[in-house]
Amino acid sequence: MAIIERTSAVPATVSGAGATALLTPTQSLGVFRRPVAATGWRAWVFTVDHKKIGIMYGFVAMFFFVVGGCEALLIRLQLAAPDNTVLSAGLYNEMFTMHATTMVFLFVMPMAAAFANYFLPLQVGARDVAFPRLNALSFWLFLFGGVFLNTSWFLGGAADGGWFMYSPNSSRLFSPSHGVDYWVLGLQIIGIASLVSAINLIVTVLNMRAPGMKLMNMPVFTWMVLVVQFLLLFALPVITVALFLLSFQRNFGAAFFDVGKGADPLLWQHLFWIFGHPEVYIIILPSFGIISEVLPTFSRKPLFGYKFVVFSGAAIGFVGWGVWAHHMFASGLGPVSVAVFSVATMLIAIPTGVKICNWTLTLWGGKLWFSTAMMFAIGVIVLFSIGGLSGVTHAVAPADTQQTDTYHIVGHFHYVIVGGAVMGLFSGFYYWWPKVFGKLLNERLGKWNFWLMFFGVNLTFAPMHILGMQGQPRRMVVWPEKLTGEGFFNLAFWNKIATLGSFTIALGVLLFLINVVYTAKKAGKAPLDPWDARTLEWMTASPPKEHNFDTIPTIHSLDEFFHRKYEEVDTDKGPRLVRVRSAEEVLAAEEAKADTHIHMPSPSYWPIVLALGLPIIAYGVIYNLLLSVVGAAVLLLGVFGWVLEPSVAEDSDYDPPAGGSETKELSSVG
Amino acid sequence: MADIAVHEAVTSHDDHGAAGHGSITGISNNKLAMWLFLGSECLLFGGLISTYMLYRGRHGSGVGPAQLFDIPLTSVSSFVLLMSSLTMVMAVNSAKRKDDRNTNLWLTVTALLGSLFVGAQVYEFTSFYHEGVGFTTSLFSSSFFTLTGFHGVHVSIGVIMLLAMVAIISRNKVAGDKAEVVEMIGLYWHFVDVVWVVIFTLVYLIPA
Repeated sequence: MAIIERTSAVPATVSGAGATALLTPTQSLGVFRRPVAATGWRAWVFTVDHKKIGIMYGFVAMFFFVVGGCEALLIRLQLAAPDNTVLSAGLYNEMFTMHATTMVFLFVMPMAAAFANYFLPLQVGARDVAFPRLNALSFWLFLFGGVFLNTSWFLGGAADGGWFMYSPNSSRLFSPSHGVDYWVLGLQIIGIASLVSAINLIVTVLNMRAPGMKLMNMPVFTWMVLVVQFLLLFALPVITVALFLLSFQRNFGAAFFDVGKGADPLLWQHLFWIFGHPEVYIIILPSFGIISEVLPTFSRKPLFGYKFVVFSGAAIGFVGWGVWAHHMFASGLGPVSVAVFSVATMLIAIPTGVKICNWTLTLWGGKLWFSTAMMFAIGVIVLFSIGGLSGVTHAVAPADTQQTDTYHIVGHFHYVIVGGAVMGLFSGFYYWWPKVFGKLLNERLGKWNFWLMFFGVNLTFAPMHILGMQGQPRRMVVWPEKLTGEGFFNLAFWNKIATLGSFTIALGVLLFLINVVYTAKKAGKAPLDPWDARTLEWMTASPPKEHNFDTIPTIHSLDEFFHRKYEEVDTDKGPRLVRVRSAEEVLAAEEAKADTHIHMPSPSYWPIVLALGLPIIAYGVIYNLLLSVVGAAVLLLGVFGWVLEPSVAEDSDYDPPAGGSETKELSSVG
Repeated sequence: MADIAVHEAVTSHDDHGAAGHGSITGISNNKLAMWLFLGSECLLFGGLISTYMLYRGRHGSGVGPAQLFDIPLTSVSSFVLLMSSLTMVMAVNSAKRKDDRNTNLWLTVTALLGSLFVGAQVYEFTSFYHEGVGFTTSLFSSSFFTLTGFHGVHVSIGVIMLLAMVAIISRNKVAGDKAEVVEMIGLYWHFVDVVWVVIFTLVYLIPA
């Protein structure tokens, strides 16, 4: 029902002369005046601006990255020495479960959402997303869901069944605390956030592109995010079903996954991985998108084979639906299923390999500029290739059966997730920081950040392959001294190296955080176009104005901004691309055509109110259903307040502008 | 296709607010969003139906589908629900003609038929419970109540949307294009009906 968002803007332009103080404020739901603040905390809490929401996504996701990172360090500390007692066995189980859950659902996905939120409208030449209030709702649901999930630490213990929560570990018998209930309900809330955001971003990309921007003129980042949103759209309902079933089993006495009562535990595995494998691509594709922007920019060349990169991204999206059972080779599916999923898994390596070739050929013959963003992007190519290659070997079912649930698997997926997804996100930080905050991150600190993370990833996760081949099981809480072995394959040695590596990564991340603070305090204003960039988001001020573009640009080609700066000129050596305009000149030409009347959606109380209802309902499910009724009431209040509120404020909601007669943006007044 | 779409976008170029009318696909933002949401819902029901199909034979020596279902009763309530799709079409049609009175009338009738269906389901659940088949009795019963219960909740939410729409139209407080809002509720309503056709066939009609 919340989908019914009003999108047709009433002519609500306010000019200084037009807005008289005689109008009375429109009351939202007959009670409140709607929020209009442009500064202070209200400007953030009630905002519907995709850029502010993107920044909030980024900060909260970074916070959870630190939380999940600390959990990882505790795990590595526990495994640093024989018969260690840093963590109890129970706490260790909670730690690895929450480490994975936090990193996947509270860091990588929302950080990708942060980039998507901020840059998708800018890259397609729109002034906001299709449903600005739904966008705010997604963010608040993510925040509240994440906080809800983590309150379990203080309320009887966190979930301890591993991130894929197989039966019977997820049952009341083996996990009697409320941890799994928090996990189930928290993921439901975060899932709703992602679903809403997926719908919102798909509509934005399909419907709100600037004139002339065909699908095949869209930047690759936009393309990859679009593919991801479709994956989310169809994968999330499957995990929703699984979570509901588990919830009903734990709270209402059903037995969906209880073998003792005749249930089939494979049902959970299938439902989880039908979601879980597309999830892998949900995690990695935004990073592919980011480096497909960074590599051409810093190679001073167009992306090699744009169409191949786009289509292989879409192909990964399709084939990604047919490979889920390769997570279940050890579960006894039968030879036919195993063969089919083996072949499908090998097939998906083809589009991935196409991408790696295209990125490498983008570098080929380019004038390479080794900025920090570029180094992270190259880091992704190297590390993801290593992780991808060990991944393809897992498609071979007989080998995989040997490696299932060993550290070999842990090493593999950390190479693709940390080496692929996380390094890609860091590339994005360095590339787009000047766009978002108007200041360049320090490159010197950045290089240290990169090398520490790059070596850290290899130090941490390469030894895990050796550990796994030697048979060290995943999720093992202690290793006894007498079983460590000798020589090159000594478990103690490689475990210590892995722990050392994890602290190296942590140091790299710490340097990044220091860099952020240092940049905020010390750095001067960045130039308008510091990287000589190619895509539309750079064709506006840094940071962009509230309405993104003074006039909606008309698009003529892929890499529109580049082609406005450079033109082909005949020289005696044949035609050459020559810089004919500076970024400032391009921007000035656009500003000269600036629209005088721009309507922006107005802030709203209701997204945060509606979002608040869900964790209350969730606490109610765990402790007392009466509380759920209260939560449902808050939810309904939010829904009806939302429906009855026009998405664009009336003129009367604003105070008359203070200064004279100049035309002002609606939403910057007040 | 893209070229035509772009052309449309250019012709409606004068409107470029954050949420402009100029949609490239030719489908409005609201409707496209509803279609996407319903696409996602297909997999939700897909998951629930698969679970039921896996477990429908697992009731041990207890009561199974063959002994439990009262097909004549459910056929009648299914008919009622299908008829509500017809009245929903009438409501959308009236809304397009800007005829508020008839829109409200048909929306109310649709809500009434939907409530009848939910009422029949409540009656059905109660009588099953009295016959000794509760939510936790067997895997069959758990998956049956989960699947049909989820559908019932969807219908109930639809009824709330319909009645809320009537109230909002009566007080003339519709934010946005009235006909489109009614049409979107219609899309949701028809989807819920179509899902019931699948559930009725798979759960009630085809013997386990």
